[in-house]
Amino acid sequence: MTKDKQSYFASLGIDGRLLGMIGALVALWVMFDLITGGRFITPRNLFNLSVQTASVAVMATGMVFVIVTRNIDLSVGSLLGFIGMMMGALQVHFLPDLVGGGHWSIWIITCLFGVTLGAIIGSFQGWVIGYLAVPAFIVTLGGFLVWRGAAWWVTSGQTVAPLDPVFKLLGGGVEGTLGESLSWALGVFATLAALWLLYLSRKRKLAHGFLVKPFWAELTVGGIIGVVVVGYAAFMNAYPIPARAAKRIYENKGLELPDGGSTLVYGIAIPVVILLIIAIIMTFMAKRTRFGRYVFATGGNPDAAELSGINTRMLTVKIFALMGALTAIAAIIASARLGSADNNLGNLDELRVIAAAVIGGSALSGGFGTIHGAILGALIMQSLQSGMAMVGVDAPLQSIVVGVVLVLAVYVDIVYRRRAGL
Amino acid sequence: MENQTPLVEMRDMHIAFGGNKAVDHVSIDLYPGEVVGLLGHNGAGKSTLIKMLSGAYKADGGEILINGELAEINNPRDARGYKIETIYQTLALADNLDAGSNLFLGRELLTPFGFVDDDAMEAETRKIMSRLNPNFQTFSAPVSTLSGGQRQSVAIARAVYFNAKILIMDEPTAALGPQETQMVAELVQKLKAEGLGIFLISHDIHDVMELCDRISVMKNGKLVGTVRVEDVTDDDILGMIILGKKPMKNTS
Ligand SMILES: Nc1ncnc2c1ncn2[C@@H]1O[C@H](COP(=O)(O)OP(=O)(O)O)[C@@H](O)[C@H]1O
Ligand SMILES: [Mg+2]
Repeated sequence: MTKDKQSYFASLGIDGRLLGMIGALVALWVMFDLITGGRFITPRNLFNLSVQTASVAVMATGMVFVIVTRNIDLSVGSLLGFIGMMMGALQVHFLPDLVGGGHWSIWIITCLFGVTLGAIIGSFQGWVIGYLAVPAFIVTLGGFLVWRGAAWWVTSGQTVAPLDPVFKLLGGGVEGTLGESLSWALGVFATLAALWLLYLSRKRKLAHGFLVKPFWAELTVGGIIGVVVVGYAAFMNAYPIPARAAKRIYENKGLELPDGGSTLVYGIAIPVVILLIIAIIMTFMAKRTRFGRYVFATGGNPDAAELSGINTRMLTVKIFALMGALTAIAAIIASARLGSADNNLGNLDELRVIAAAVIGGSALSGGFGTIHGAILGALIMQSLQSGMAMVGVDAPLQSIVVGVVLVLAVYVDIVYRRRAGL
Repeated sequence: MENQTPLVEMRDMHIAFGGNKAVDHVSIDLYPGEVVGLLGHNGAGKSTLIKMLSGAYKADGGEILINGELAEINNPRDARGYKIETIYQTLALADNLDAGSNLFLGRELLTPFGFVDDDAMEAETRKIMSRLNPNFQTFSAPVSTLSGGQRQSVAIARAVYFNAKILIMDEPTAALGPQETQMVAELVQKLKAEGLGIFLISHDIHDVMELCDRISVMKNGKLVGTVRVEDVTDDDILGMIILGKKPMKNTS
């Protein structure tokens, strides 16, 4: 990169690593699109890609905090399975007897129950790690075995189905989307919100008399965000709902199918909206709360954190509780998408989640990691897998490629960090 | 000064790590507006002694009095509550965070909604740095990218910012050049004039003789003795450090 370009990106405030990841993602997409003859960058494929990414990405945001504090959580895949089974059993076998089958509150009770359960299990694991000083690797390796076994126990291995219809919308099926107008609205709203935040931050900095980015840079960043968000909404709105499904939707609403066929489109999927909300909350937590500050301080230097009066043990409990709650949200998305809960739910997800966070720049040595990086990491991994599947790469080779990419990505990251003197 | 109540009195402090008696029944004290130097070889127990005052270690025994009253210091938070601030030998900085985040670590400035206010913290950091070390200009990079001297000034700023009454400086000039060392010396004198009590640990006998009112020497975890600076020569102090013997004349 020439000096000129470097200072250009520097004034935009975009770091090299973020740029590299976006570059890698775009390169992957273009490559797969060329190989498949234009089947990869289509509304349909990107819709599926974003829905498939959501569950892992939600967990990856939590894994960032775990890894930043020099811990690891190997239990998330199994825990997802266990919570998924518990929520399945609750909404199919118990709640219909309590509140009546098909009752509107079933999905709410189920979700609250799942998230609470996840937080409790997470804090227990965090307590063993923080207060009993058993290494996170061991505790969560134990959790990996325990929760997979427990998931089987919930129903003696039987699949739970069908899940509550409203609950299933959270998985992003044909009807589990915002639809056309809401998708546009979300795109525009998100853009305006981003611009507003940029403006507020600039105003605050000016009030303190700090140097701010040049105005054009601020506008460019806002513009990029707007194009990506509105562009995504437009793309999802260009994905028509298949005729047969559309007919069913019209019939359910008691409407006639319009002449010339349905104009219904998918729009942005609900799991993606959930991911967006989680991403915003987690970013805010990382950057603007004491909790987030302490997470990074502890990761950078645990002794310094301790000497500053931070209760690092309690912090560990909170981090793992958060990880558990996010795992539950991922379990909601994953089981709702499947329409059922089975014992295999979340299998191997711990590896995908850790890989996403690590590819996204979370350093296992602690102290570094970003939420948006982890989400991009999840998207890159999922793109790689979906792309290879679409191209027809057979499964063994797929896993070899993913493994090599993971190691390569971390190596590049290490070199980058060394150059930056971090 | 002698009939005043001491600001700090550490009585019969002891702590052992395994079988290693790192601090072995040591008593020292400190008056307002006084600088007490702590000298001794590496491993003598100086850092360990002051860490019991700063809340980093919990003593096996002994008592700490602040302004004549028994103080309960079980963790760094307690020590901060007694207006004790510490510059640790290791600096205790989170390398991945910037200067402002380190300065306010554990005591972040918050917005009215309770969120961390980085801009306000940066503004405060700029203010104090312009007084302590005008050359300091790197406010938004992780402190790992700073020079040893700059890092040290962040640690010093953190100890000074919060209006300490008792300041502990564990080798505060170890990574500093001559000019910065001079700045620290001036800072010590200024704070002393403001009535703070300062424990100063240093390797440089010359520095200590210049800045301190009294000197306590430790060896192998034990206190060799405490002397007034005007009563002794550099050689007397060296003798205490190396031989562990108190000079015959003028014991105080
Ligand atoms: N956390 C600890 N665990 C075990 N031993 C320690 C610890 N801290 C200090 N020590 C031991 O206590 C003794 C005194 O160390 P220290 O107080 O750092 O000496 P000084 O600061 O005078 O150089 C040394 O023998 C050191 O190895
Ligand atoms: Mg020491």
